[in-house]
Amino acid sequence: MDIHEYQAKKILSDFGVTIPRGGIVYSPENAENKAREIGGSKWVVKAQIHSGARGKAGGIIVCDTPLEVAQATDKLLGKKLVTNQTGPEGKIVNRIYIEEATDIERELYLGLVFDRSSESIMVVASTEGGMSVEEISKEKPESIIRSKIEVAVGMQSFQARELAFGLGIDPDLIRRASETIIGCYKAFSELDATMVEVNPLVISKQKQILALDCKMSFDNNAMFRRNQVSELRDKTQEDSKEVFASDRGLNYVSLDGNIGNIINGAGLAMASMDMIKLAGGSPANFLDVGGGATPEKIVKAFKLVTMDEKVKVILVNIFAGINRCDWVAEGIVEALKKIEVNVPLVIRLAGTNVEKGNKILKESKINYIEANTLEDAANKAVAALKS
Amino acid sequence: MTVLIDKKSKIIIQGFTGKMGSFHAEEMIEYGSNVVGGVTPGKGGSKHLNLPVFNTVKDAVSETGADASILFVPPAFAADSAMEAADAGIKTCVAIVDGIPSHDMIRIKRYMRRYTKSSKMTLVGPNCAGIISPGKSMLGIMPGHIYKEGRIGIISRSGTLGYEAAQQLKNLNIGVSTSVGIGGDPINGSSFRDIIEKFETDDETDAILMIGEIGGPQEVAAGEFAKENMKKPVIAYIAGLTAPKGRVMGHAGAIVSAYGESAIEKVEILKECGITISKNPSVMGDTVKAVLEKM
Repeated sequence: MDIHEYQAKKILSDFGVTIPRGGIVYSPENAENKAREIGGSKWVVKAQIHSGARGKAGGIIVCDTPLEVAQATDKLLGKKLVTNQTGPEGKIVNRIYIEEATDIERELYLGLVFDRSSESIMVVASTEGGMSVEEISKEKPESIIRSKIEVAVGMQSFQARELAFGLGIDPDLIRRASETIIGCYKAFSELDATMVEVNPLVISKQKQILALDCKMSFDNNAMFRRNQVSELRDKTQEDSKEVFASDRGLNYVSLDGNIGNIINGAGLAMASMDMIKLAGGSPANFLDVGGGATPEKIVKAFKLVTMDEKVKVILVNIFAGINRCDWVAEGIVEALKKIEVNVPLVIRLAGTNVEKGNKILKESKINYIEANTLEDAANKAVAALKS
Repeated sequence: MTVLIDKKSKIIIQGFTGKMGSFHAEEMIEYGSNVVGGVTPGKGGSKHLNLPVFNTVKDAVSETGADASILFVPPAFAADSAMEAADAGIKTCVAIVDGIPSHDMIRIKRYMRRYTKSSKMTLVGPNCAGIISPGKSMLGIMPGHIYKEGRIGIISRSGTLGYEAAQQLKNLNIGVSTSVGIGGDPINGSSFRDIIEKFETDDETDAILMIGEIGGPQEVAAGEFAKENMKKPVIAYIAGLTAPKGRVMGHAGAIVSAYGESAIEKVEILKECGITISKNPSVMGDTVKAVLEKM
């Protein structure tokens, strides 16, 4: 789960990291007042969407008067911003963060992620803040320093100090820099984060160390014990079909193609998508109804896939284990009584009681194309597209 | 000795009296697994499915001599249960549960560092289908009948894609020595490398089919291990050619976030390690067959 910049900054601030003064607004009228309340003579108006690279998309505007702040807010609110991370449909701006402008002396990069090889938390820092970490690793790989943190004992002061010295920070700012790095580490480890990225972390002309921008992602599996974090979810930033799916316990990812998929198991779903591609087609979605593929889940899955106007063919591929094909087939027949499907439907069942399952489908009145293997299913789905 | 479990393995079910635990305990017993009891804290001393229920794993081990366990406890309590099993002297533990926080998985693995290699429990999963040694024992939730007895070792992150492979092999009259589902999470108890190492020394296994997917460093780590240390042939399929970068594809661990984690990159690296690639998921069985014919 991702959260907004202003929410991430509030969390960092709770862990002792300094952030510029700022406030969230939902209207231009609010914005003007908020700018006065914040004070100063220069403000940054920042569109809050779940994406980086907002600056290049026009989502960040520097203003010299409270009136300009209001105008900038008016311009951004309700707009869809398209960045290299949002996809062509972009993301809607419903919230604006107004912040006092910072006199920047240096821009640094600080990121924390899980390192899957060493199964520890990895802190990554670079003197080249402001660029994305991908750009830094491509263009200035020598600037990157890393520190592996042993989670059982947490981050030690010396590790933070080493990073701070490694970034070339002035000796009189080392202590504050270490506290900042440890604050980020604590936010990561105490809130079940999967990513904390402060980019840039800046040193101001006034010698303050500030988190100027921040992105955070959290482990969905840990939200049961993180009420305060889960309340920060903003569904307007997620694909509406993906929200529909996650609310119903389905794993769904929206894609660009036109063959809709209903599959049990994430690996089998990815494999089926691969087969579609090899057969010359393109998947409209990834959809895993869960290993069990219960009739309820299958109904929900048909509802979801038929909501997508791109879908021109639906491919159902279920490998039934304990849940038996006859039972799955009955679920499909039931689902099709409730949901109208106006595109060709290819069904491939495999596993326990496959003959019984196929017999139930044949004897029902549903209009479908039977497939036997993964390859057969993908070929028939692509062929149905052309017919 | 079969990898991880055999006919003699004495199995306990953690979360025995719950709906999932009861259902799969019966399936395992029907398959022929030697289930000797279960653990549900607070229900010790009672009987369930005609088997004894214990309050703690230690009690279960000392009363029954259990050496294997399978977890059917909710994600919030799973880490605790896995560590309890390790501490009680269980040798092989399968965590079926999907939804354990990554921070908890790291905690389990750190906890297990206290044991020497010979006394350390093998944790398989979480978010997996478990282990089956066809004709001997099943410590998992798979449909046992799709596995024919034989000499191919299977390791798969995905449950249903592992079933698909077993079925393809069976259709070609090829059997399986042991199939291990290592699970779809970013941090898991046993990696591909951990399990192929066990298969290399298993005298009941001739070749290994490794079914990977996008995300994480594990397939590559296994490939590098195989190149340096293995004599038995390894065949691999990597799912997710069409998966977009930066998106989680169902499995929490199926996300491309670094170089070498996409399907195409993994395939390239594995080829360089001398591993035979199944070019699509429909020919996993055929690819294994072709390798066996050359042996």
